[in-house]
Amino acid sequence: MAVMTYREALNVALREEMQRDPRVFILGEEVGLYDGAYKVTQGLLKEFGPKRVVDTPICESGFTGIGIGAAMVGLRPVVEMMTFNFSILALDQIINSAAKMYYMSGGQFNIPIVIRGPGGPAHQLAAQHSQSMESYFYHVPGLKVVRPTTPADAKGLLKSAIRDDNPVVFIEAETLYPVKGEVPDDPDFTIPLGQAIVRREGRDVTVVAYVGMMYRAMEVAAELDTEGLSVEVVDPRTLRPMDTETIIGSVRKTHRAVVVEAGAGFAGMGSEIAAFITEQAFDDLDAPVERVTGANAPMPYARNLERAKTPSNERIAEAIRKVCSANGR
Amino acid sequence: MAQLNTAAPGVDAGLARQLLSQMMLIRRFEEKAAESYALGKIGGFLHLYIGEEAVAVGASSVLRPDDYAISAYREHGHCLAKGSDPRRVMAELFGRRDGLCHGKGGSMHLFDKTTNFLGGHAIVGAHLPLAAGVAFAIKYRGGDQVIVCYFGDGAVAQGEFHESMNLAALWKLPVVYICENNRYAMGTSIERALAQTEIWRFGHAYGIPGEAVDGMDVLAVREAVGRAVDRTRREQEPTLLEARTYRFRGHSMRDPAGAIYRTKEEVEHEKQRDPILLFRTRCLQEGWLTEADVKAVEKDVNDLIDEAVAFADASPEPPLEWLLTDIYKEG
Repeated sequence: MAVMTYREALNVALREEMQRDPRVFILGEEVGLYDGAYKVTQGLLKEFGPKRVVDTPICESGFTGIGIGAAMVGLRPVVEMMTFNFSILALDQIINSAAKMYYMSGGQFNIPIVIRGPGGPAHQLAAQHSQSMESYFYHVPGLKVVRPTTPADAKGLLKSAIRDDNPVVFIEAETLYPVKGEVPDDPDFTIPLGQAIVRREGRDVTVVAYVGMMYRAMEVAAELDTEGLSVEVVDPRTLRPMDTETIIGSVRKTHRAVVVEAGAGFAGMGSEIAAFITEQAFDDLDAPVERVTGANAPMPYARNLERAKTPSNERIAEAIRKVCSANGR
Repeated sequence: MAQLNTAAPGVDAGLARQLLSQMMLIRRFEEKAAESYALGKIGGFLHLYIGEEAVAVGASSVLRPDDYAISAYREHGHCLAKGSDPRRVMAELFGRRDGLCHGKGGSMHLFDKTTNFLGGHAIVGAHLPLAAGVAFAIKYRGGDQVIVCYFGDGAVAQGEFHESMNLAALWKLPVVYICENNRYAMGTSIERALAQTEIWRFGHAYGIPGEAVDGMDVLAVREAVGRAVDRTRREQEPTLLEARTYRFRGHSMRDPAGAIYRTKEEVEHEKQRDPILLFRTRCLQEGWLTEADVKAVEKDVNDLIDEAVAFADASPEPPLEWLLTDIYKEG
């Protein structure tokens, strides 16, 4: 085990996978000479050269399409979105080309591509640079969608994503890049896509949260522990395919659930999670599933408004108390 | 009638028969597809290639089997010319299990891995970056294949056309872009859509060599694409060709006459330059083929397409459980 940042863990994953498989290459804006806008690709140009670490001009649709075309004939591109907000320019390629090619071709052409980069709320980057983009992707059959929370997950999940034979949308969290944690050194360490993890065991309520919201949920859980509430925190890690089994298993134990997400609530991840909990574990629930979501507004610039847009520890705690006080606990 | 004036070095009876036969095969295929559409055996859109056969056939005749081709949604001709089995193509149009894509793609999404035919893409302009990506992979591996990318004049106004030209030129990618300029993007004429209607000239801005070619003359197409493919293979650089052609039918079966945005006189005038008629006449004049040869080719083609329709008809619908297969490839 080594202690490293989330950013370094991603860098190590890229390096190891490029060493392991000559078909893996990186494509994107500022990934080479500039060492990555967020330094995730630092040092890789030097190690692997310009053939495998390819700086592109600013044309998200064009270079994403190039990645998909290269994947059609057997390369394994890792396309960096400088931020995931820019992936909107490449949505047609990701949805119409990458996600559907295997199906449309009757199983002839799979697309082993990873599209990765930071997303979600950051620090006063305002409306166009702070979006939680996962909801644009997890709706699409044919895509896998990953949101890694810890440095170890960042490494293990990115390695799995690169080895996967399907298009994987891998949305890192901008605010988590400097977060440190223990990361296994083993180059064969991977975390399978589609496996949730119980971050903290508890008896009274299940809180489902990922990336930045998971850290808030953990803080709240520690606080509420002192009030005698035992909170279990589950991190789905992969949003599609979703490990419903782990979440349902937790809810069957605690009988109460709160879902937290940074993105706008309407038709968000929380809606889907609340729906499948209700469908599969209704009889186990002692209270309606509660959602804590980002406000249904674009991201504002002003610091106070930005803070109000994203779920706070207080709102998470309030939701937990609410579901726990319902029906006589 | 207009004549074909191309010099024809290296054309012999065998090549003449091959080119004529492929063009007639595509024509017959499309006519039968239209008939089958009218009978309700084919659904959705159906974009016929009738009138444009010389482009796919001339271009494919200079490709190696390991070269790649990719196209938009008017791609039956490109797919057949690259070597796909007409029976499986027709079965795909019929939405049957023996179709190239097991009935999951349909008319607009033909793919054939065995011939290196990479689709069948129905968002205008979106496959141009894909073609550049395939060329990127060829270069990455140090191969000497090329990819030919067919697209319509409608794609030229899209950003992805320009992104692809820039990237292919910047990175020196072995892709031959062939614009099939049939003068109408659905119902919008090039004059109403493009600031530069000489499409091959767009290459200048990106330093991509190219030329315009008579897309109704299969030998002219063969020569121009031959030069382009040789150069692209040798220099590892893109080429942009503009094949000037015309579609005799409407945009799709839902626009059967194509009569709102163009005059009857114009369509009739263009039909005088039917690529099959022109080449058949040329073959007879040059003595490459006799009337009897042409008749024999016609009979063979008709038989093949009848067989394709019968095959498609006999192929069962895909089983319902296939709805949920081929979404993710299992490790």
